[in-house]
Amino acid sequence: MKDMVEIRWHGRGGQGAKTASLLLADAAFNTGKYVQGFPEYGPERMGAPITAYNRISTQRCTVHSNIYFPDYVVVVDETLLSAVDVTAGLKEDGAIVINSPKTPDQLRPLLKGYTGKVCSIDAGKISVEELGKNFPNTPMLAAIVKVSGVVDAEEFVKDMEASFHHKFASKPQVIEGNMRCLKRSMQEVQVG
Amino acid sequence: MSIRERLSGNEAIAVAMKQINPDVMGAFPITPSTEIPQYFSAYVDNGEVDTEFIAVESEHSAMSTCIGAQAAGARAISATSSCGLIYMAEMLYVAASDRLPITLAVSCRALSGPININNDHSDAMSVRDSGWLMLFAETNQEAYDNYLQAMRIGEAVSLPIMICQDGFITSHAIENIELVEDDKVKAFVGEYQPQHYLLKKDSAMAVGAYATPVYYMESKRQQAQAMLDAKDVIRQVAKEFAEMTGREYGLIEKYRMEDAEEAIVIIGSSAGTAKAAIEQLRAQGRKVGLVKIRSFRPFPAEDLAEALKDVKSFAVMDKSDSFNAHCGPLFAETAAALYAAGVTGPKGISYIYGLGGRDVRVESICKVFDDLLEISRTGDVGDTYRYLDVRE
Repeated sequence: MKDMVEIRWHGRGGQGAKTASLLLADAAFNTGKYVQGFPEYGPERMGAPITAYNRISTQRCTVHSNIYFPDYVVVVDETLLSAVDVTAGLKEDGAIVINSPKTPDQLRPLLKGYTGKVCSIDAGKISVEELGKNFPNTPMLAAIVKVSGVVDAEEFVKDMEASFHHKFASKPQVIEGNMRCLKRSMQEVQVG
Repeated sequence: MSIRERLSGNEAIAVAMKQINPDVMGAFPITPSTEIPQYFSAYVDNGEVDTEFIAVESEHSAMSTCIGAQAAGARAISATSSCGLIYMAEMLYVAASDRLPITLAVSCRALSGPININNDHSDAMSVRDSGWLMLFAETNQEAYDNYLQAMRIGEAVSLPIMICQDGFITSHAIENIELVEDDKVKAFVGEYQPQHYLLKKDSAMAVGAYATPVYYMESKRQQAQAMLDAKDVIRQVAKEFAEMTGREYGLIEKYRMEDAEEAIVIIGSSAGTAKAAIEQLRAQGRKVGLVKIRSFRPFPAEDLAEALKDVKSFAVMDKSDSFNAHCGPLFAETAAALYAAGVTGPKGISYIYGLGGRDVRVESICKVFDDLLEISRTGDVGDTYRYLDVRE
């Protein structure tokens, strides 16, 4: 991993992009990194485009601005591709991870000539099959961890299991489904 | 061993409050108040603190509650933001003039209009003359550390104290933080032992009395003296805090000022962004630095004059405007500090920036240093009242 990795999340209000960015910060923190996790706040409306950010570094990062030249971009909602310039400033040696049933080759033409890695993961399908509901943020989190390598994959899985046990202490029946979401997403993410 | 954690600035303040376990919190429990009373109310509910949580219908009443509690002899706290702070304004003056060392956490945000919830310093700057001590933080860590030192400072000079951080930018961002262990916090902060208070039954007193012209001005002179005395107290408490944690604080922080020819004066989270800009420019051979204001009240006039006396040019960054057709509030006080100290060499400009959450980038700060370099080279200061990163 580089000394600092910057990640930008695009989602719609209510989909959990902000939560996913905070979970990624947690996971990186647990492996000894310095982290920043913050959403861009505005009028909060369900369904409106939202942006969240992560900086993950080996030294404390003192910069407190938004991220304009991310190493990675995560798109939690495919419909944003036509509404938001998701590859703006994205580094060519980085990657974009999109929640979509399409292949990377099918997605690339929608990305305004971006030449870096394009990755796709059908987070909605995984979530519906494993949890019975469309909560794309857990599979998206796993996909970005796999693609970026900001956290060691094995450590990440162990760490998430512990935090699910804590988070879902009162409903342990959902822990297994969430763990399957994570593992499947890490296996099924397509890199193109 | 300190505790390694990751918390938002609001969470960090709530944890500090829990560790201190004050007697009373008076708070308006919904927006524009911060998440701080929400987090803290959970500690009250769980029995982790035995603070009396008094939820009231407005910030005016929140501060009134704190005044009543602190006058009675209790340690009282509150938290607020934006229009909530200026709704408290009348009672802020009462708290200060009654010499009640209340502690108020402020997550600084813009004032309407246009309606906006994001960060700037318009709220805090609008109550800067209310007689409160005011410390500002760059990071969640500094917000927490300042809060742990607040009561020691306020209680030593009998003045209320505001612990300010940048709304959203640090208040809602998760970052690493080193927490101090509970027992060390309790030992450091100590018990509140006021000399005079309303519930001291054998020593009757009045609080909030009427003062005729024969007495009013003496009362104000004493208030001014307390603010003067606070400078040494802030340094002394910081020294003890550094002995406990290794983290050092003063009235100001100087960054790469040793040989700086161009400097900025700045408050809050953007100081961190500016440090990154300074490192970039230093790598190109530029002699640039910054002075960060930690204590805005008392104002560190002597320290600032000393820090800036040898630069060729400086910009004072204000995240609020005075709308005086002249300059921002921090510029006005910085210029006055230099003039009072006989420092007339450096050329200074006032920059208004970051209003209503306008993002402040490394490039934004580099632009300011480029302007300063031009002033240093030509000696022509140009327009002294400027807006940064704005469409005109």
